[in-house]
Amino acid sequence: MLLRNIIQRSLTKVRVNVQLQLERRNATVASPVTLDENVVRPEAKELSKSDQKFNSLQQRFVYPEFLPNPTLEWRNPIREKLERIDMMRRRSQVDLPEFYVGSILAVTSSTQHAVSKQTRFLGICIKREGCGLRASFVLRNVIDHIGIEIRYFLYDPKILKLDVIKLEKRLDDELYYLRDALPEYSTFPEDMEPEILPDGMPIPINTTKVVMKPRPWYARWERTHFQGINRELMMTHVSEKMKMQIPLHEKPWEKYDLMKQYRSTIPEEEQKDIFAEVDSELHKLELLRKKQKRKRAFVKPLKSS
Amino acid sequence: MDLLRLGVRKFHSTPSCNHIIKMSRLRVVDNSAIGKEAMAEGRPPKVIHVYTKTGVGTIGDKVLMAIKGEKKKGILVGVKKHQPANIPKFDTNNVVLIDDSGTPLGTRIHAPVPHLLRTILKERTIAKKCDYSKLIAIAPRFV
Repeated sequence: MLLRNIIQRSLTKVRVNVQLQLERRNATVASPVTLDENVVRPEAKELSKSDQKFNSLQQRFVYPEFLPNPTLEWRNPIREKLERIDMMRRRSQVDLPEFYVGSILAVTSSTQHAVSKQTRFLGICIKREGCGLRASFVLRNVIDHIGIEIRYFLYDPKILKLDVIKLEKRLDDELYYLRDALPEYSTFPEDMEPEILPDGMPIPINTTKVVMKPRPWYARWERTHFQGINRELMMTHVSEKMKMQIPLHEKPWEKYDLMKQYRSTIPEEEQKDIFAEVDSELHKLELLRKKQKRKRAFVKPLKSS
Repeated sequence: MDLLRLGVRKFHSTPSCNHIIKMSRLRVVDNSAIGKEAMAEGRPPKVIHVYTKTGVGTIGDKVLMAIKGEKKKGILVGVKKHQPANIPKFDTNNVVLIDDSGTPLGTRIHAPVPHLLRTILKERTIAKKCDYSKLIAIAPRFV
């Protein structure tokens, strides 16, 4: 009887998670959240779009590092809480804007090695990982025909400024395949002008399909299902033997593995609790940054001659 | 014996570490005549010794290379190997050829160089023995 209860409870949690997952897919198309009752209510419609963003279900995309690592052995509620406090403290000192894998960022950080004690690196974000204070991202750029990647910790006190040059998403969660794509797909000029997205606009999705270089590759891309790779052209570099091996390594059952999804996600109730903690402060910080930006935009009008 | 040999796997199940060890091939990124020729021929230099205690080279380490039938020394100025945060990881293993006193053979470097190299080479410079300040001076761009 007890066992049945436990199983039922875990199954309901799993269902919530699956809903979340489905919704995550929908969210890339920027559909309004229907899970939350608040949004369905008529007065919620009058809320501005920036307010809607401060809905805990949306925030897990904007601030993914606030969600702890779902691995059960590593959970520690007190440490997580302390980390969240530290993260908010850091956020009050430096502007860490919203960005995604595929966005183009420029990081100004202090180093002891440079003459000016400062360095700036611009590149496309190819990976975001880690939780809490350990959250990191990898930037990639091709400078003088040589690909360069740098990993930064998001809450590193060395980071002086984090500029989002182009805010957009790609079709995949990680873009390590850019290492084996033609260099033009990861080449960005150092003096790129920042593109400002109008307020309340959905994040655009870049649907570029990259063309791969001939093998050898860093990984077996032909066995993966990345949407951002031009599969037809990639297959021209793949031998017959490798093509025959592709079906042997496919795992079509994984999308039905509810327990796997459950273990790799934080349940909705917990997410709500976590974001309820930091919600008001994050909102305040965002409003403050907006005000500062407007001020700066007013002080420095563009010269047209 | 044959059975034993059959049991040995002939494929790798882990990605390569990209360590620079003996027999690794490097890419010369300066404009020295010998380096340019070797790269143009498609026979890049091969490491025959790494001057470190571990035998694995990383940014700023000195290596001995076999290049066009000659032995030349070089400084690694950018590696493929996994790097800690804030330090650039390059797509190729770049090397600049030097002579015994640390002066580069070429007059120009074509690739960006990590900021970290400045500190490392400053520490390793010994007065009147090996002077790496010229190598830093000809580096065009730091990342």
